[in-house]
Amino acid sequence: MYEPVIVAFLCNWCSYGGADLAGMSRIEYPANIRVIRVMCSSRVDPVHVLYALRMGADGVLVSGCHPGDCHYVNGNYRAERRFALLRFMLKQLGVEPERVRVEWVSSSEGERFARIVREFVEELRVLGPSPLKRFLGDGEPGTR
Amino acid sequence: MDARIGVYVCHCGTNIAGVVDVDEVVKHASTLPGVVIARDIMYTCSDQGQNTIKEDIRKHGLNRVVIAACSPKMHEGTFRRTIEAAGLNPYLLEVANIREQCSWAHPNEREKATEKAKALVRAAVAKARLLEPLERRKIPVEKAVLVIGGGIAGIQASLDLAEAGMKVYLVEKSPSIGGHMAQLNKTFPTIDCSACILTPRMVDVANHPNITLLTYSEVVGVEGYVGNFEVTILRKARYVEEDLCAGCGMCAEACPRRVPNEFDMGLSMRKAIYIPFPQAVPLKYTIDPEHCLYLTRGRCRRCEEACPRGAINFNQKDEEVKVKVGAIIVATGYRVFDARKIPSLGYGRYRNVITGLELERLSSASGPTGGKVLTASGEKPRSVAFIQCVGSRDVKHNSWCCRVGCMATLKQAFLLKEEDPEVEVYVCYIDLRAPGKGYEEFYRRVRDMGVRFIRGTPSEVFENSDGTLTIRVFDESIGRILNLKVDMVVLQVGIEPVEDAVKLQRILNAPIGAEGFFLEAHPKLQPVESHTRGIFMAGCCHGPKDIAETVAHASAAAAKAIGLLSRGMVEVEPLIAQVNQEICSGCEICLSVCPYGAIQMEEKMGENGGKRAKVIEALCRGCGACVAACPSNAIKVHGFTDEQIMAQVEAIVKG
Repeated sequence: MYEPVIVAFLCNWCSYGGADLAGMSRIEYPANIRVIRVMCSSRVDPVHVLYALRMGADGVLVSGCHPGDCHYVNGNYRAERRFALLRFMLKQLGVEPERVRVEWVSSSEGERFARIVREFVEELRVLGPSPLKRFLGDGEPGTR
Repeated sequence: MDARIGVYVCHCGTNIAGVVDVDEVVKHASTLPGVVIARDIMYTCSDQGQNTIKEDIRKHGLNRVVIAACSPKMHEGTFRRTIEAAGLNPYLLEVANIREQCSWAHPNEREKATEKAKALVRAAVAKARLLEPLERRKIPVEKAVLVIGGGIAGIQASLDLAEAGMKVYLVEKSPSIGGHMAQLNKTFPTIDCSACILTPRMVDVANHPNITLLTYSEVVGVEGYVGNFEVTILRKARYVEEDLCAGCGMCAEACPRRVPNEFDMGLSMRKAIYIPFPQAVPLKYTIDPEHCLYLTRGRCRRCEEACPRGAINFNQKDEEVKVKVGAIIVATGYRVFDARKIPSLGYGRYRNVITGLELERLSSASGPTGGKVLTASGEKPRSVAFIQCVGSRDVKHNSWCCRVGCMATLKQAFLLKEEDPEVEVYVCYIDLRAPGKGYEEFYRRVRDMGVRFIRGTPSEVFENSDGTLTIRVFDESIGRILNLKVDMVVLQVGIEPVEDAVKLQRILNAPIGAEGFFLEAHPKLQPVESHTRGIFMAGCCHGPKDIAETVAHASAAAAKAIGLLSRGMVEVEPLIAQVNQEICSGCEICLSVCPYGAIQMEEKMGENGGKRAKVIEALCRGCGACVAACPSNAIKVHGFTDEQIMAQVEAIVKG
């Protein structure tokens, strides 16, 4: 069965804590997600997301603090705007914009984090492998 | 210098090894470029585990260390110290989180969890290859602490801090310190008088040379960072000069305006110029601008005539003061659940349905009835029923336990029975919780006094034509619906976050949890620290607590603040932004992005002169927003560089 690979950029203060809390509370979610910790969702450059897709990721999650709760005042609003634009651009490139997801998860929302991962994995299963994988050209990489 | 990486995969007993195939992860790690040695360790954080790493660093000349274990939020600091002790720069460490975000989250997918652990280790190794040594910055701190809230938590924390030689600014919203504890009659399980143990401490606060008490004031702004916060405090106009007022009360005698007294839960009246209660600290009168006739209608000023010291000043304005502190303790307490939200229990409709806090005021000697518990018609009740968990342990309202309701009811039942052994007392409960020192013994004592405990949540309270009340409750122990007729019903309302917790959270930039209580950095190991460094919490702002727990929590917060500031310096993470001025085009986009104003433009002279961006290190907090925004790629943030992130992405996806 096709197993989507998700690269997740989680902010250190809220969403990374939320992901930790899901584990601490033993809330299960699919193992398809691999987390990269950043200090703030505003640190995530659209280039990082494009690079992940180009390398063969099927989906990218960027998650930060809830609006108004950013540890760095307003970084999450910047992320929101950047990725709204990126999604618009992806559509023109023939990549389903649903592959890039921006979410807000607080450090007390383990359950919410798990639910988002479950939903995202299901959505990506329906979408199938990323169309950008055809550029990889070496068998079937990116499926680990 | 080529990377020489050591990889350590932790079993964490069975926490990781019970799910993830640790051997396979080690084997995989040893094939990765730059890895000199890969090992598994039973408990990496143990002395033995740390010693293994230190020995390897020396023996194999390691210059990078990757640890695959619990969340970096747990032990990143521990392992940084480990490698530092072995002579490595502490920032040449990378942690792969294979416990919280792997084995604990995927206990039933062993193979997939192992694959994921391998990918996370690959990413960590890829990043480790690109790590650079960094130097921690030491910054001087202000040896002063802001305490927000003057209840027992804030009082205790302030006194502890002041005794340790810290300067304290205690800010209280209302005209007096004391908080909820001042409203209570007796305290459980010792039945000592609440005011008698509290008021001496209130006086100590007022008299302590290291404490600046700012009552009738609110924190409206906090700037800066650990060790160096600048706090803006709004001092609301009292219309009374604090240094002139002697607290004689002649103004209140003259004041013609009577309003319900909040301190007595509206059960008594106060004047528009008032002190909340006789033992108020400071003992200074305050004019309530919403009700004062002069301030609302422009006529009266009788208090001004009555005051023998000329302390009344109607021209006083709200004023803002700024103070510098190194740490902040939040001690904003709680509010009680509004029982009107459960209309079937009749609160607000039936005069003899009251809350637990109202009963405290009725039974207090300084209360509206001089300590006599009386029904609305002024008679002594022959029977009283308590309804427990009102608004608590209720998914429709507050899901949590208020922690004090059971003991408060037992105490109140005890006092009613002690006053008059003939009074019938019923307690309708879900579970009785008495888990404290001497608490269970107290419960037994109250039971033996003849208080009747009915296991069941009442569905409805009716008022009878004679003013008595009937409670309909399903008694689970006998499986029958009971109709209890009583003279008075006491709703033991729960504890919930204060209304302006969210506002304060934004001002402080310290997170609150889903319930609205301030969130601790770790539920067990860091119960008083906020996620934001330099901000601590004490008492019920963090979750329901009784007085003893609150005092312990407050002393712990004070001790942590003292520990932080006592050395006069704090070390700050070097994970901040840096501009490469060779590449910077001077476009100023970063300036508009930085939330802290930590970027300035400076004029560069010479051939390639012009405006260039520069990071003010003391102000930069390392969020990285400027890095992602820079169109020239001229800014990097240490510890999270583009190269490092891209290497992680590639390692994760491509394998």
